[in-house]
Amino acid sequence: MKAADRELETGPATAEALFEVRELTKVYLMGEVSIQALRGVDLRLLSGELAVLLGASGCGKSTLLNILGGLDVATGGTVLYRGRDLTRAGDRELTRYRRYEVGFVFQFYNMIPSLTARENVAVVTEIATDPMSPEEALALVDLEDRMDHFPSQLSGGQQQRVAIARAIAKRPAVLLCDEPTGALDSKTSVSVLQAIEDINRRLGTTTALITHNEVIGEMAHRVIRMSDGRIVDERVNSHRRPPSELHW
Amino acid sequence: MRSLRGQVAAIAVVVAAGVMTLIISLITLDALTGTMDRFYRDFRFGQVFADLKRAPEPVAERLREVSGVNQVEIRVRAAVRLEIPGFADPVRGQLLSLPEGRQPEVNRLYLRAGRLPMPERADEVVVSEAFAEAHALEPGDRLKAIIRGGLEELTISGIALSPEFIYQIAPTDLVPDYERYAILWMNRRALAQAYAMEGAFNSVAVTLQAGASEDLVVAELDRILAPYGGVGAHGRDEVLSHRFLTDELDQIRAMATVLPAVFLGVAAFLLHVLMGRIVRRQREQIAVLKAFGYRNTEIALHYCGLTGLVVLVGALAGIALGAWAADGLAGVYREYFRFPEIDFRLRPGVILTGLAVSGGAALLGAIGAVRSAAGLPPAEAMRPPAPERYRRGWLDRSVFGRWLGQPTRIIFRNLARHPFKSSLSVLGVGLAGALLLVGSYQFNAVEHMIDIQYRLVQRMDTHLTFHDPVPERAIAELRHVPGVYHAEGYRAAPVRLAVGARDYQTSILGLDTGSRLRGLFDGNHRPVSLPPDGVLMTRYLADFLGVAPGDRVSVELLEGARRTLEVPLAGTVDEPLGVGVYMERRALNRLIREGPAVNGAWLLVEESRRNELFSRLWEMPRVAGVGMMAEAERGIREHLTDTILVFMGILLLLAGSIAFAVVYNNARIALAERTRELATLRVLGFTRGEIAWILIGEIGILTLAALPVGWLAGTLFAFLLSEAMSVDMYRIPFVVTPWTYAFSAAGVLVASAFSMLLIARRIRDIDMVSALKSAE
Repeated sequence: MKAADRELETGPATAEALFEVRELTKVYLMGEVSIQALRGVDLRLLSGELAVLLGASGCGKSTLLNILGGLDVATGGTVLYRGRDLTRAGDRELTRYRRYEVGFVFQFYNMIPSLTARENVAVVTEIATDPMSPEEALALVDLEDRMDHFPSQLSGGQQQRVAIARAIAKRPAVLLCDEPTGALDSKTSVSVLQAIEDINRRLGTTTALITHNEVIGEMAHRVIRMSDGRIVDERVNSHRRPPSELHW
Repeated sequence: MRSLRGQVAAIAVVVAAGVMTLIISLITLDALTGTMDRFYRDFRFGQVFADLKRAPEPVAERLREVSGVNQVEIRVRAAVRLEIPGFADPVRGQLLSLPEGRQPEVNRLYLRAGRLPMPERADEVVVSEAFAEAHALEPGDRLKAIIRGGLEELTISGIALSPEFIYQIAPTDLVPDYERYAILWMNRRALAQAYAMEGAFNSVAVTLQAGASEDLVVAELDRILAPYGGVGAHGRDEVLSHRFLTDELDQIRAMATVLPAVFLGVAAFLLHVLMGRIVRRQREQIAVLKAFGYRNTEIALHYCGLTGLVVLVGALAGIALGAWAADGLAGVYREYFRFPEIDFRLRPGVILTGLAVSGGAALLGAIGAVRSAAGLPPAEAMRPPAPERYRRGWLDRSVFGRWLGQPTRIIFRNLARHPFKSSLSVLGVGLAGALLLVGSYQFNAVEHMIDIQYRLVQRMDTHLTFHDPVPERAIAELRHVPGVYHAEGYRAAPVRLAVGARDYQTSILGLDTGSRLRGLFDGNHRPVSLPPDGVLMTRYLADFLGVAPGDRVSVELLEGARRTLEVPLAGTVDEPLGVGVYMERRALNRLIREGPAVNGAWLLVEESRRNELFSRLWEMPRVAGVGMMAEAERGIREHLTDTILVFMGILLLLAGSIAFAVVYNNARIALAERTRELATLRVLGFTRGEIAWILIGEIGILTLAALPVGWLAGTLFAFLLSEAMSVDMYRIPFVVTPWTYAFSAAGVLVASAFSMLLIARRIRDIDMVSALKSAE
């Protein structure tokens, strides 16, 4: 996070598309009512880019992220990840995809309460192919001195940073963050966003972050706005601001 | 509640099992004691009995004058051999006299069919119902009796029941054999004439005045009858039928407490866990209700009501099942206990007891959760519960701990986080294992017991009894009867043993040294040799009398010249069936002051010549009875299958249901509490199999830990049961084989695997997306 105060690069290192989403639709059946969560989304996520998806709750951004992460299955359309169609993948393939390619960060941290910070990271490194050590991952989020603490002994911000360490320890190609600061105060949120930005820049991990907080969009390479299951606006940040300068 | 269906059902099953055992016991107890009391009262069952050699009728007047005596019935009692058309085996019987053509004062008969013999008719008999049923005999049918060597043709005038023979068993038998043992009643004059007892009697039954002392009447009867060859008066407790009946009632009483307690204890534990979970899940609703001004007692009542509902369902099912099973059991009891009718009915009192006891279990199970719900301050209840605190345990510090994978570490941490709950689960499953062990142990132990008795202890195949002692050369003659391979004689003499205040009426069996047909063994099945003088006795009896080898036992001879002697106890023997006292035969002859004599014989016979041999034996006037060991063995096997084993079969089923209910409930609750954790791991790329391991591994560890607990508790239960089930008739040996342990383990593992299977299906269906949305 030493780079916090300097000017951020405005574009990703390469322009190769990691994800290609075409005409993606998703319909949920809630009892007898069907809910159209996605109404035809087209999107490209470029390798190494940090994209922020903005939108009010219920606009479909979480659904999109869940489909990108292989947690949910689309109703129609295609999602190509490095040319592989995720919409046609079965459970076994999606599990492998999540295991080796994707890192997740959630609003409520989703720590395993019975494991220490180090062990929460080890959960992932034990099953990955070329992971960093849990210690290395925790050092990246400045938690070297909290490694043997249990979740109940960590603050919310610390727990979220452990979650980030856990997500990136496997050196994933993509980091998906669903409202990572949703449960945190603004000061703590900045340190978490800092960690995410740092990872994106230093490891070149393609990152998609969803939030309803407009301000956070200012740290992205690209801001994608969603409303009512559609992408309504896409904007490349000509001037990115480091997380330390964000206030709300 | 909908999502908890499975758990609620599992708990209800355990409650039902507990209430069912309780109801069966209570209904049976209620029915048997009620029926017994009524039958005894209405048909004037005697309270003191005495047998003697022969006393003239006027002696009866002296008995009537004894203080405390109410009614006196003098009678003639005689052994008889019968021939039933179309039935090859020998049939023994007991003939009892009736006053000419009318009911006796004491031990009246309940006539099921027909009538009493007409006055002055010498050829009419009333037969016992069990015997009549076994041979499909009806009034008007005929049978042949060998009375004092002469063959007489008798006509059945009626079929009856007697309070004296509710459990109809031959004095030397261990289980009833209705085909080969009969009770018959005939007019006194005819019977007396046949047995040379005119103007005399050899048996007395009396009833007592209210508040009279039985002991004093017994002593007085003994004193009056001693000169007439009295063999000791006694109360009802030594009437075989009554003793079997009261033994049975005692066993039912023991059962009525132990089993329901075990099942309802487990149910209370399961409820405790389930209600705790429900309260944790409903924290917010509780808080809202409290914020709206609901009182703590109202909240507490709500959760008590919820628990009560689960238990009520189980209790009602248990009552219905119990009533149904008791009805089935009634058939068994009707077969063994011959009452005019047994009124197996579900009384309101029994239902209330069932409800009250299960209600108590419900309260016990709910109290913890209800208190925590009621005690929750509204503000705190609004917040989600704080993340659970975990600690690193000894396992983490060990070398092994470093090599542990994280999922396995999660299992251990969770177990260590709730040591109380984990140990109760282990205890609950262990208890189920223990019940499985106790149930299956009985099967093996009963087999073992019968094998020892009939392969080791009693190796004869035929058993003869004589009317009177005969010189021992009679045995040599028997050996020459065609078809007899081997014969040994014995002398049995009725005695009353006494040590201090304890006494026991039995027979001393005089055996030849080196008997090939009757073994005497110690607890390790090593032969015990007969001492030149002194007695050996079954260890059960020695314990009852409180004597050890070397002590002296007072032996009152109840036949011939009645004498009381002090005889040393030379040692004890271990026999699973019956109670015996043994002595070298000639030493016994000397004790009785008679020459070398026998009054019974054991034979090994040639199977192919059995029928021919039996008709020869029939013709010997001295022979009072012929018994076949194979029949005795078959009888006892049938009896034990009917009673113990049926019951144990039910126990096995119930134990299996407990194991399943405990494991399934734990697993369901663990699943509910960890769905989010498991979903997170799925998101992180764990396969279904890998996350299933976390729950299944936990169940597996608890189950494995429960196995030794079950073995230990089961062994203890089995030991206690073998002690508790030690009755005069049999002692179930304490033999737990590796097979029994394996069976208990297999039962627990199967129940556990079954619940794992059900859980695995739910793990497969975990929805990652919805599990991630909520904060808890």
